[in-house]
Amino acid sequence: MRVLVCVKRVPFTGGKMVLAADSMALETKHLGFTISPHEECGVEEAVRLIEANGGESVVLTLGPAEAVEQLRDAMALGIDRAIHLRTDGSEWDPDATAAVIVDAIRTDESATGLFDLIVFGSESADSGGYQVGLRVAHALGRPAVTGLKGVKPEGGSVRCEQEVEGGRDVYVVPMPAVVTVKEGLNLPRYPSVPGRMRAGRKPVATSAPARPAARLELVRLVVPPGQGRRAEVLGSGAAAAPAVVDMLRKIGVV
Amino acid sequence: MRRTSGAGHSTVSDPPTHARAVVIGCGIVGNSVAYHLCRLGWRDVVLLDKGPLPNPGGSTGHASNFIYLVDHSKEMTALTVDSVDQYREMGVFTQSGGIEVARTKERMQELTRRMSSAASWGIEPVSLISPAEVKELVPFIDESIIRGGFYTPGVGVVDSLRAGTIMRERAQASGALQVIANTEVIAIDVEHGRVRCVRTTAGEIAAETVVISCGVWSPRVARMAGAHIPLTPAVHQMIDVGPVPRFAGAKGDIEVPIVRDMDTNMYERQAGGDLEIGSYAHRPILYDPEDIPPIERAALSPTEFPFTQPDFEVQMQHALELMPEIVGDEKVGVKYAINGILSLTPDGMPVLGESPDVRGLWSAAAVWVKEGPGTGKALAEWMVHGESEIDLHSSDIARFHEHQKTRAHVRARAAEGFNKTYGIVHPSEQWASNRNVRLAPFHERERLLEAMFFEAAGWERPMWYESNSRLLEEFGDRITRRTSEWESRWWSPIINAEHLAMRERAGLFDLSAFTIFDIIGPGALESVQKVTLRQMEVPVGRNVYTPVLSPNGGFKSDLTVMRLGDDHFRVVTGGAAGMSDKKWFADHLAADGTAQLFDLTSAMTTVGLWGPRAREILASTTGDDVTNDGFKFGSCRTIDVGTVRVLASRISYVGDLGWELYVPIEQGMRLWDMLWEAGRPFGLAACGIGVYGTTGRLEKCYRAHGNELETEYNVVEAGMQAPRVKSEDFVGKEAHLRHRDEEPAAVLCTLTVDDHTSKSGEKRYMLGREPILTRDGKPVADRRGRHSYVTSAGAGPSVGKHILMAYLPPEQAVLGERLAVQYMGERYPVTVAVVGSTPLFDPENARVRS
Repeated sequence: MRVLVCVKRVPFTGGKMVLAADSMALETKHLGFTISPHEECGVEEAVRLIEANGGESVVLTLGPAEAVEQLRDAMALGIDRAIHLRTDGSEWDPDATAAVIVDAIRTDESATGLFDLIVFGSESADSGGYQVGLRVAHALGRPAVTGLKGVKPEGGSVRCEQEVEGGRDVYVVPMPAVVTVKEGLNLPRYPSVPGRMRAGRKPVATSAPARPAARLELVRLVVPPGQGRRAEVLGSGAAAAPAVVDMLRKIGVV
Repeated sequence: MRRTSGAGHSTVSDPPTHARAVVIGCGIVGNSVAYHLCRLGWRDVVLLDKGPLPNPGGSTGHASNFIYLVDHSKEMTALTVDSVDQYREMGVFTQSGGIEVARTKERMQELTRRMSSAASWGIEPVSLISPAEVKELVPFIDESIIRGGFYTPGVGVVDSLRAGTIMRERAQASGALQVIANTEVIAIDVEHGRVRCVRTTAGEIAAETVVISCGVWSPRVARMAGAHIPLTPAVHQMIDVGPVPRFAGAKGDIEVPIVRDMDTNMYERQAGGDLEIGSYAHRPILYDPEDIPPIERAALSPTEFPFTQPDFEVQMQHALELMPEIVGDEKVGVKYAINGILSLTPDGMPVLGESPDVRGLWSAAAVWVKEGPGTGKALAEWMVHGESEIDLHSSDIARFHEHQKTRAHVRARAAEGFNKTYGIVHPSEQWASNRNVRLAPFHERERLLEAMFFEAAGWERPMWYESNSRLLEEFGDRITRRTSEWESRWWSPIINAEHLAMRERAGLFDLSAFTIFDIIGPGALESVQKVTLRQMEVPVGRNVYTPVLSPNGGFKSDLTVMRLGDDHFRVVTGGAAGMSDKKWFADHLAADGTAQLFDLTSAMTTVGLWGPRAREILASTTGDDVTNDGFKFGSCRTIDVGTVRVLASRISYVGDLGWELYVPIEQGMRLWDMLWEAGRPFGLAACGIGVYGTTGRLEKCYRAHGNELETEYNVVEAGMQAPRVKSEDFVGKEAHLRHRDEEPAAVLCTLTVDDHTSKSGEKRYMLGREPILTRDGKPVADRRGRHSYVTSAGAGPSVGKHILMAYLPPEQAVLGERLAVQYMGERYPVTVAVVGSTPLFDPENARVRS
C-alpha cells in the first residue's frame, strides 16, 4: 500500500496572537511551528496503515525551507520519505497550493506508482480554507471524502467514517482516493528517540515550483475579539469567597 | 485595601503605598529572599510578580530541580548544602542519590578531584564506584561505556514551586509579607543615587530597598533604575521521554539515582514514569531579556522556548549509548521538549548584593534552583546584618569591572562558559574570549619578552616570560620540573627560575592590574579608619598593609593604604577584589560628605622592583636618596626617575628589598624602559605574576584574599593580630576584640610536602583546595565544623619545598605535626612547617628591611 499525507507548517499558538505591523501575517518572533492536529492524525494514520499493510508512506509539504522540520517530525513517527515544495515563505492561496501539489503527486506517481490514499487534514490550522484536499482530488479525478474520523481500507476500497449528530455516516469509495481527516481519528504517538534519529537520515526530495498566479487575495488579518483571555485562580475553598465577591463587585454584577 | 491572608492567592490584592522592601520576582530566589527577610525581622515586605502564582513563568517553573552537592567552588557548595537543608525542612526534598559517570580517563581523574573537593568542603558520604556498581544503582545504564562514577547519595530532587509557596505562606502568616501577583513593574525611581519608589501596573510603592530577583529578566528590570545586572538568558535543552516500562510502577517522582553523563555535558533523571534528558552540550544559544515574550504571548511559559531539534541530534546519540534500554525503546516517545531559558553570567557565578550603581537596589540574580534558598537566606542576612554567614565575595555584584558589564563581554564569556558546565576546568584555566581588553603601557615590551599572559580583571598580565627559559639552565637542579600534564598545564618551570633570579639579583614586575583609588578631603582619615583594622593616623609618607574586616570580624579584604597628605590616602588593592573594595570604601565615606573617592586605576600604572640588587638599580636611575636610612621600609614618597615623577612605596609581597613604583599610565613605558636598561648590569629579570602571587608570596607565608582571607576566618585565626587594637572605631571591631579573647578554632599554618611520589612513581604537585587529612586518612576539622583544606599551594624554589597553607585545629597546628593531603585520589605526607605567620623564607624579614 502507498499512502501520501500532506501537511502545512503553521505557527504554534498557545498564547495571545499578535499580528505583524502590516496585519498581513502573524508575528511569529516568539512562536514555534507545528502542523495542525488534524494533520497529526493524518500522519499517524498513514504510519499505521503502512505498519498494518506494508508499503510506503510519504509526507509532502509546501512551505519555506524551515518546513523541513515538520517533514522530519513526520518521518520521526515512521513516515518513510518526504517531498518538500519549497516556497519563499509567503502564503499561497488554495488554488495555487493544490496546483503544485497535483504536479508533485503526478511526478512522484509516474516514478513510483499511484498512491492508494492521499491524506489531508480537514483544514489547515492557520488559514482554514478546507479546500486543498478537494481541489487536489478534483484535479486528479479521484473520489474524495472529507472530515473523517475513521479510515479503513477494505480490499480495493476504503471505508470512510464521518462523525455526525447521532452517529456516523459511512462512505465506501474505491482507491486511489483522497481523504481529509479530523482530530480524533486516532491518538498520535510520540516520536521515539531512535525514530528521531532515523528521521535525520531519511530522504527529502526538494523542489521549488513556480508560484501560479493567485486567485485569492489576502487583504488583512484581524484578531477576533476576546482572544488571549485567560483564567485567573482567585483562591480555593472557603478562603476564596471574599476574592470572588470582590471580583463580582468589581465587574458590577452584585 | 485588603491585606492578603495566608491562603497564598493574592491576585486581587492592591499594593501598599510604602514598603520596607519590595522584592521583585516570585521564583525560588525571590520567595526565599522575602521569606528570610521576614524571618530576620523585617516587616512591610512586598513580593511582586508580573505572572500568576505559584508559577509565574520564569526559569523556576521549568527547572529540572535536581541538586548535586559537590562543586569545586566552596561558596557554591556552601550555598547548595544550605539550600538542601532548607528544602528538607520544608518537606520538598526527595533524596535519590546521584552519580556523575566518566567515559574517559581524564574524567576519572576529574572525579578524584571531586572526591577532594567533597572532603575539603565536608560533604559526605561520597565515593568512587565501579561501572558494575553504577549498574547496580542504575540498572538501565550501559556500564560497558563508562569507567566509573562519583556517587553522592545525598543528591536529590526538590519541588521548587512548592518550596516557594511554603516560604511565601510562612512569611504571609507572620503578617510581615504582602504578595502581589499579576502585577508588573514599569519603573523604578531613583533619587540622589538611591532607590525611592517602585511603580507597578497596580500603583506605586515607595521603598528604600528593592530586590531584583527576576531571573532572566533581571537586566531589564535593573536598567529601569539605571543599574546593571550582567547576565544573559541562555538555552538549556530538555526532553522528556516516556512512558518508560521500567518506571510503570513508580510511586514517586524519583526512585533511581540521577545520572550526570559528564563527558557529554548531559544528564538523565527519572521523572515519575518518564525519563528526563537535559543537555549543556549544544551550541550556546543566547538571548536578550527583550527577546523573552510577554506572558500572554507565550505558547508555554515565557521561559520555555520552542525546541530546536537540530541542536539535540548528537545528544540523542549520547543518551542512546548510555541508556539504550529506555532511550532505544521504540515505544518510548519524546513527550515534551523545550529550550528552557536560564541565566548565565560572564564568570559562572551568581550576581548578588547591593548594586554599585544604585544604593538600596539589591540583586539576587543568576541563581539556580539548587542554590536558591541558601542564596535567599545569605542575601537576606547581608541586607539585614550587613554580612552573610557564607562568604559571597565570588558572587558579589560589585565585583564587575566596567568592561565586564558590557553586553558583548557577558555574551562572549557566557557562551564560552556554557559548554564548561560539566567541563573539566583547570584551576588556572584562562578564558579565550574577549581578551586584550586592558593593556599595560609596557605591554608591547612584555610581548617581545614572550610573556605568557593571564587575565586579571581584564588586564593582560604576564604569568611568566618564555624568554626567561635561559634561566632554567642557570638554576639547573634548583628548579623542580613537573611531568604530570595536569600540573604542567597553565604553568611553567620558568616561574621558579624567575623567582630565583629575583631572590639572587632582581625582578621587574607588571602590577598594572592593581585597583587604585584615593580618598581625599577633611573626612578622609575618618573614612579610611572606619574600614581598616590597622591604624591609619600615621605620618604622611607611610604605607600600611591592613586587613579590612567584615562586621563579624572576618576578612572582607586586605590591601595597602598610603598616606600621601593629611587629607589624602591612596588605597591599593588587587584587581579581583578591586571593585567590591571600592564600593566598600565608598559606602563608608564620612557621612557628612567631607571625603571623596577618586578611582585612579586607569590613570596610574604600577611597576614592582624587588631583589637584593633593587636598590642599586633604582639608585642608578634617580638622584633621590633610596638608601635604607633615606627610604625606610614602610614609607612612600615621590622620587624622580629620569624625567618621570614616581611615587615609590617601599613594601613587598615577595619578601625582598624593593619598591612599588606608581606613575601616570602614559609614562609607564618610559619608566619600564629606564628600569630595564638600568637593570641590565645587575641581571634584572622580568618576572611574571607567578612569582608575585605564588612562589614569592608563599615562601613568605603572605596571605591572599579569597584564599586564606575570607569572611569565614578571623584575624586571630589567620595569625595577623597586632599587639594592640587602635582606639578608633572600625567595622568589625567589636567582633575582633572578642576574637582576641577567644581561643581560635583554627590556626593558619604553612605546611610542606614530604614526598611527592604517587603510586605510579610520578611526582605530583598539589594546586590548592585539596583536603588535609591525618596521616591515616581521617578528616581534619575544627570545632566549628570547618574542614581543613589547602588554601594556597605552590612551589617555594628558595626553600626547595612545595608549600601549602591551611587552617588547622589548634591540636594539629603544631610545628612538625605530620599530616597528609589528598590529591587525585592519593594521600601524600605533609608536615606543619610554620604555625602562624612567621615566614618560611627569611623569617627575620632581614631582606625587606635591608
